[in-house]
Amino acid sequence: MMNETGSGVRIFVSQDSSALSVGADEVADAIHRQAQQRQINITLIRNGSRGLFWLEPLIEIETQKGRIAYGPVSVKDVASLFDAGFLQGGAHPLHLGVTEEIPWLKRQQRLTFARTGVIDPLSLEDYCAHQGLKGLERAYQLGPKAIVDSILDSGLRGRGGAGFPAGLKWRTVQEAQADHKYIVCNADEGDSGTFADRLLMEGDPFVLIEGMIIAAYAVGASRGFIYIRSEYPQAIEVMRKAIEIARANNLLGSGNRHFDFDLEIRVGAGAYICGEETALLESLEGRRGQVRAKPPLPALKGLFGQPTLVNNVLTFAAVPWILAHGGKAYADYGMGKSRGTMPFQLAGNLRCTGLFETAFGMSLREIVIDVGGGTASGRAVRAVQVGGPLGAYLPETMLDVPLDYEAMLAIKAMLGHGGIVVFDDTVDLAQQARFAFEFCTLESCGKCTPCRIGSRRGVETIDKIVKDIDRVANIELITDLCTTMTDGSLCALGGLTHLPVMSALTHFPQDFGIANPSHSRDQEH
Amino acid sequence: MKWDDQKASALIDSVHAEVAAFLGPDGTTASALLPILQALQANFGYIDTNILPQIAERLNISKAEVHGALSFYHDFRSQPGARHKLKICRAEACQSMGCEDLVDYLAQHHGLIADESSALGHLQIENVYCLGNCGLAPAALFDERPMGRVDRQKIDALVQQTREILS
Repeated sequence: MMNETGSGVRIFVSQDSSALSVGADEVADAIHRQAQQRQINITLIRNGSRGLFWLEPLIEIETQKGRIAYGPVSVKDVASLFDAGFLQGGAHPLHLGVTEEIPWLKRQQRLTFARTGVIDPLSLEDYCAHQGLKGLERAYQLGPKAIVDSILDSGLRGRGGAGFPAGLKWRTVQEAQADHKYIVCNADEGDSGTFADRLLMEGDPFVLIEGMIIAAYAVGASRGFIYIRSEYPQAIEVMRKAIEIARANNLLGSGNRHFDFDLEIRVGAGAYICGEETALLESLEGRRGQVRAKPPLPALKGLFGQPTLVNNVLTFAAVPWILAHGGKAYADYGMGKSRGTMPFQLAGNLRCTGLFETAFGMSLREIVIDVGGGTASGRAVRAVQVGGPLGAYLPETMLDVPLDYEAMLAIKAMLGHGGIVVFDDTVDLAQQARFAFEFCTLESCGKCTPCRIGSRRGVETIDKIVKDIDRVANIELITDLCTTMTDGSLCALGGLTHLPVMSALTHFPQDFGIANPSHSRDQEH
Repeated sequence: MKWDDQKASALIDSVHAEVAAFLGPDGTTASALLPILQALQANFGYIDTNILPQIAERLNISKAEVHGALSFYHDFRSQPGARHKLKICRAEACQSMGCEDLVDYLAQHHGLIADESSALGHLQIENVYCLGNCGLAPAALFDERPMGRVDRQKIDALVQQTREILS
């Protein structure tokens, strides 16, 4: 990742996909050219992103006062930055001050993302200089049983969306008797509005590898897979290189003197359903990504019929911190049964988008309005979808809910993987409900009839409601259809499509041409 | 690259060997199916269905299973596609920032309809649901290059560029 042009001032330009998508490579090239023209020695480091996406491409200069940030920088700004003496942290309209002091970053509690955007992602040395491998060292001292105790103490819950207590799953796999056990990282981050897995894999790949080594050691797994979606080419490349480096440094493979464990990347093939753990296992085994009935739980009969620990990227990535600082220290963050921190992802029509890691419990309003700065369009916030395409649409009046698994469930919403997508007042919630069904049609694996067929009927029925064809009866039909899909589907795709649909219908009835769904019959008669 | 049976056979063998080496004695080599299909697709841009029996034999699975996987996953295609591919995100975060307008614009101004082969064969538009760049929506992926805050100007430039590459 390092582009050595001498031992001069260290300049950081992110190579995260989001930064690249708005021209980070071109900015890095321009800096390189300007430095050559002016015969100035610089060291250009391609780091991950700090996750302040609205400021990308963000560049940072290492000075005695700390790292100074400038952004968003475009190619045409580069010459003027040199003129302004940015290499010494000079004043410039894009000057943002000391990076760590940017309020958006300063008010976060970054445990999992402490290094992302700070270090050179593929420098193991840099990783170790920033507390890397401390958790693994501790894990080897503690031994498998005490590692799982630590995870139980931390209260860590699966960050993929379901929120199942991680320690319980680990204990189940640990206690299972088998010749071979596997560990699988679900990096098939397909939910719209989520990008934390990608950001982490591109910016701090070793923390995921460290977390997986600890988990494998704890449960007794000999082989591990990271299943990354094909839409993430940059993350795949960084993770592959990081695994090679980890092998070369005896963290993985035959060189590891503690136990036999190796890791491999597997790439998805464009199926959303493979983010569901049993479909993912089917896919890993070389089949169509069709969900399996549970039980048996993957923890007991997973990959190739063997006990398998399946966790999300963020779950594994939280583990090194927990081991290094103790389960109790992690549990000190958060509220209720949601312990620790959650990397929230601010997306869609927001002024300040990016990754915001904080303890559970902050209100959705604070995140959307104070942190996110309201809509990018400058219009009123009308709806916020939390938890991906299967999450509920919440109206502005419900934003005071604390971001906590149980509090969200109580208002018929879900936290999911922590994605927050904001819509302004131009959104049509009937169309969003239609899209929820349409998405289910496109991505259903086809195993359960209510999901496969019901979603198609849902699209047609919403179209009828919008055209005012037998509106009252069709709204009842939608409600009924949602119940059938929920009760008759094996996994969350068919099982949770009711959340976006019914929340849209309940909170935004006017978009469906009615004042209030529960009174619609009275009004029409 | 043009389809080449010999090259395809060599790829199947090498990917199969790699997967088997990683798994060791445990696991089954049928799990090499996706990596094999991906290697073929990456090399030739599509998967010639005449090769399916050979894959089935190599992995000791039925042809139906190979066909099943090929037809299930959105990434695989059994016909050659256009030279360039623009995957445009149609999911919620991008909707909130106007991706639907871009899709309409591509169709009306450039005659490029999503998920249909373009008449010119130089640029194919594919719908995709989330590229993980939801903070800089609308997002797209041009071949393997991520694009953020896509607008009509960026679309125009891209269409122009792919035409120039062709000519």
